[in-house]
Amino acid sequence: MKPKNQRLVLLVVALVAVVGAVLLAMSAMRDQAAFFYAPADVERRGLPLDRAVRIGGMVRGGSIRRHPDGVTIDFVVGDETESTIPVRFTGITPDLFQENSGVVAEGRFQPDGSFVATEILAKHDENYMPPQLGPQGQHKTESLE
Amino acid sequence: MHVYANPTRFLKLARPLTAWLGWSGAVLILVALAFGLFYAPPERLQGESVRILYVHVPAAWLGMGGWTGIAFASLMQLIWRHPLAAVAARAVAVPGAAFTFVCLATGSLWGRPTWGTYWEWDGRMTSMLVLLFLYLGYVALAAAEKDKGGEGRVSAIFGLVGAVNIPIIHYSVVWWNTLHQGQSISFVRGTSTIAGPMLWPLLGAALGFGLLFGAIVLMRMRAELARNKIEARMKRMAAK
Repeated sequence: MKPKNQRLVLLVVALVAVVGAVLLAMSAMRDQAAFFYAPADVERRGLPLDRAVRIGGMVRGGSIRRHPDGVTIDFVVGDETESTIPVRFTGITPDLFQENSGVVAEGRFQPDGSFVATEILAKHDENYMPPQLGPQGQHKTESLE
Repeated sequence: MHVYANPTRFLKLARPLTAWLGWSGAVLILVALAFGLFYAPPERLQGESVRILYVHVPAAWLGMGGWTGIAFASLMQLIWRHPLAAVAARAVAVPGAAFTFVCLATGSLWGRPTWGTYWEWDGRMTSMLVLLFLYLGYVALAAAEKDKGGEGRVSAIFGLVGAVNIPIIHYSVVWWNTLHQGQSISFVRGTSTIAGPMLWPLLGAALGFGLLFGAIVLMRMRAELARNKIEARMKRMAAK
């Protein structure tokens, strides 16, 4: 075997081993490396009551209810399954927070299965569209002047 | 590739190519960014802040592409002992790190109005930050190894092992729930979920920044070859 081919074989074997090891590690930490739990994950694993967690999914259409105090809202987070989580949040939401749009909420589960959020992040999806092509026809771009 | 193992032959090609890549890249960037910043429509939900896309996405692609280039050059060096491979890898590392930094900085500025946060430790952001640290480590390691007169074999191994992070960045939004949105453009399937008037300036800017990246790499390679020549001559003069 020529030294060049020897090096080639050695390197390929070493690379396959390293890549395999890392991919195994990554798939093993699939749950730990998740940024949030989807409602279906919560249903499958049970409610983590003892610590702060993040949940995420889509804000269900028609679910946002504003309280009379003006800063507290209730809404329902769902995913592609039937599972849903009712969420309560007091504070200012990002501009992109709206119904039928992605959301990530940080907070704690209550014993009754609802979720009290301390922080709300809006999640953008992979679709980039000009306003007139938007499915809901919402214009969020006009300035207030 | 071995045709260009000879530095003289490489330089004969690299000299005019640097200018061509640099100028065509600069023109393309100007045109694409003019379209992106002034003529492309705002986005339905993000509004005007979508325009960061035209810098953020090319920077992300080049940051990842740069390390892929380092890995490829490292392979060429370790297996075929290509004499210019280490020079090329070192030349890629600094602009690669710069574009990775630009990607992280612009992403952070976009995240504040869109997500409501400058930074979160989700899979995409964390793995991209790891890429920046890998670049910084590579730059320091390669410089130290060259100072000691090594062939750059340790840096090459580091370049290859570090390439493991590239598929992790790519698949982070598939494997894990992330705050970062999923893939919009798939070159493999030839599909995109970005509307045409935004997509074309984006692809133009990506190509323009790519050409500029190529010009920077060639410039840095020529500079290092020139420096090597000077050092060799100084040594010869000192020996006399």
